[in-house]
Amino acid sequence: MMAVAAARELRDGEVVFVGIGLPNLACLLARATHAPNLVLIYESGAVGARPARLPLSIGDPALVTGSLMVCGMADVFQCFLQSGRIEAGFLGAAQIDRWGNINTTVVGDYARPRVRLPGSGGAPEIAIHARRTLVITRLDRRAFPERVDFITSPGHRDRAGVTRQSSGMPGAGPVRVITDQGILAPNAESGQLELAAVFPGAEIETIRRSVQWPLSLRSPLERVGAPTEVELRTLREVVDPGRVFLK
Amino acid sequence: MSKVMTMTDAIAAHVHDGDVLVIEGFTHLICFAAAHEIIRQGRRRLTLCRLTPDLVYDQMIAAGCASKLVFSWAGNPGAGSLHAFRRAVECDPPAIEIEEYSHFGMVARLSAGAARIPFWPLRDYQGTDLPAANARIRSVTCPYTGETLATVPALNPDVTIVHAQRADADGNAQVWGLLGTQKEAAFASKRVIVVAEELVDASVIRADPNRTLIPGVIVDAVVVEPWGAHPSFAQGYYDRDNEFYVAWDRIGRDPQSLQQYLDAWVHGIADRAEYVRRQPDLVARLAARPAMSGEVNYGY
Repeated sequence: MMAVAAARELRDGEVVFVGIGLPNLACLLARATHAPNLVLIYESGAVGARPARLPLSIGDPALVTGSLMVCGMADVFQCFLQSGRIEAGFLGAAQIDRWGNINTTVVGDYARPRVRLPGSGGAPEIAIHARRTLVITRLDRRAFPERVDFITSPGHRDRAGVTRQSSGMPGAGPVRVITDQGILAPNAESGQLELAAVFPGAEIETIRRSVQWPLSLRSPLERVGAPTEVELRTLREVVDPGRVFLK
Repeated sequence: MSKVMTMTDAIAAHVHDGDVLVIEGFTHLICFAAAHEIIRQGRRRLTLCRLTPDLVYDQMIAAGCASKLVFSWAGNPGAGSLHAFRRAVECDPPAIEIEEYSHFGMVARLSAGAARIPFWPLRDYQGTDLPAANARIRSVTCPYTGETLATVPALNPDVTIVHAQRADADGNAQVWGLLGTQKEAAFASKRVIVVAEELVDASVIRADPNRTLIPGVIVDAVVVEPWGAHPSFAQGYYDRDNEFYVAWDRIGRDPQSLQQYLDAWVHGIADRAEYVRRQPDLVARLAARPAMSGEVNYGY
């Protein structure tokens, strides 16, 4: 359902910065269904990739074969991302807070971490420069704190309450946080994440309890339709037949 | 004059204790053969720099080669954690020092290093905790627009090791597929070792000069090492060994099994040729199928 909901966020013809795992499934599903002209860019340098198999890593050789362009990473970050040519970027999150700030660096104190996570990768610059950012992460109370332990990638307000616009960030930031039960989105005025859409069978009270801040409900609340036959069949038979990422 | 030498001689001549070292390649063309030789020769107190430490630096950290890691994403790409890295930074006090950027920050550091200027400006890091965690991420006021830009310092490694599909004896190296920051790292470095899948005649290089990523004029040594990037991959030669990357999560999780791996596959063998000989299934599992490119006319 997360991959399906994420795929539906993409529009045909868009230039998308793809991450591995669920974002990759979402992009390949979108391209196989409603967005055949999606241009997939991977941070490894593959532009317009058409992988013939589901890549396990962001730097799979199948991303190169048959792509439109392969460039060095300086070009990826300077000529594509920083120059504003990426329309949508995907991010994962170990923690995300009420302002959409994302932590993928450490749990606990930076100098003495309880859990050391992989770190930034290209996430901060995606969150700053992609015209909009889509976050995919499972709903879990520990993962949705009031404040993240470390801001790896900026959301809508920093620790001092300063908005991203006044910090000079060109992109709109995390406009959709796609979880396994529904979608959070920032309030247009405050930038605080609120519940914008719920998935079939999800309960609003459960969602509220899975978030450590008082979660507002958007009105009207969107009810997301269940995955269609076509979406499910495409995911299972075309995108991930080996069930690498699909559970 | 030929710069071709064995891996043993190239590492002995160019990689010293205490060096700042880059083994380049973003997922693609990561020279594990060089890393294993560095481990075998017992180098110590290295500052290891890469965007993604990958299994290659996890193994070097486990082997005790590193005192510091400079990086931007320390996971096992597509398969989980780097457990030796995590053990080294999660213990109290940490066993290695870390200096952390984002991918763009690392790319910018190498770009500055290659251009031999002291820093590189970038629009990045606003609203993040990275500058607080790393005092070398700073900012500058643009003298033309007055805006504030983030800066990162140049990275000029003592030695960079790049793996290439083919090179001539002078070190002119041709690379295709994912390019990572191989070019920037090589130009930024004081010494450069090129490791190639194939040694070719200079005429092969000259027939397709746009494909040359590293020019021989900046190269100190050339090592010919087929399968030298395994378990990473070489486009057109062999596939990424995803099974091994997945297996590393289990091997690396337990310090004892990691040590057994190093004993068997690094210390216990002489060189890459033996490493390949002892895995007779590599060709059947991973050898690349052909997908040839067309030709272009370089005439005038």
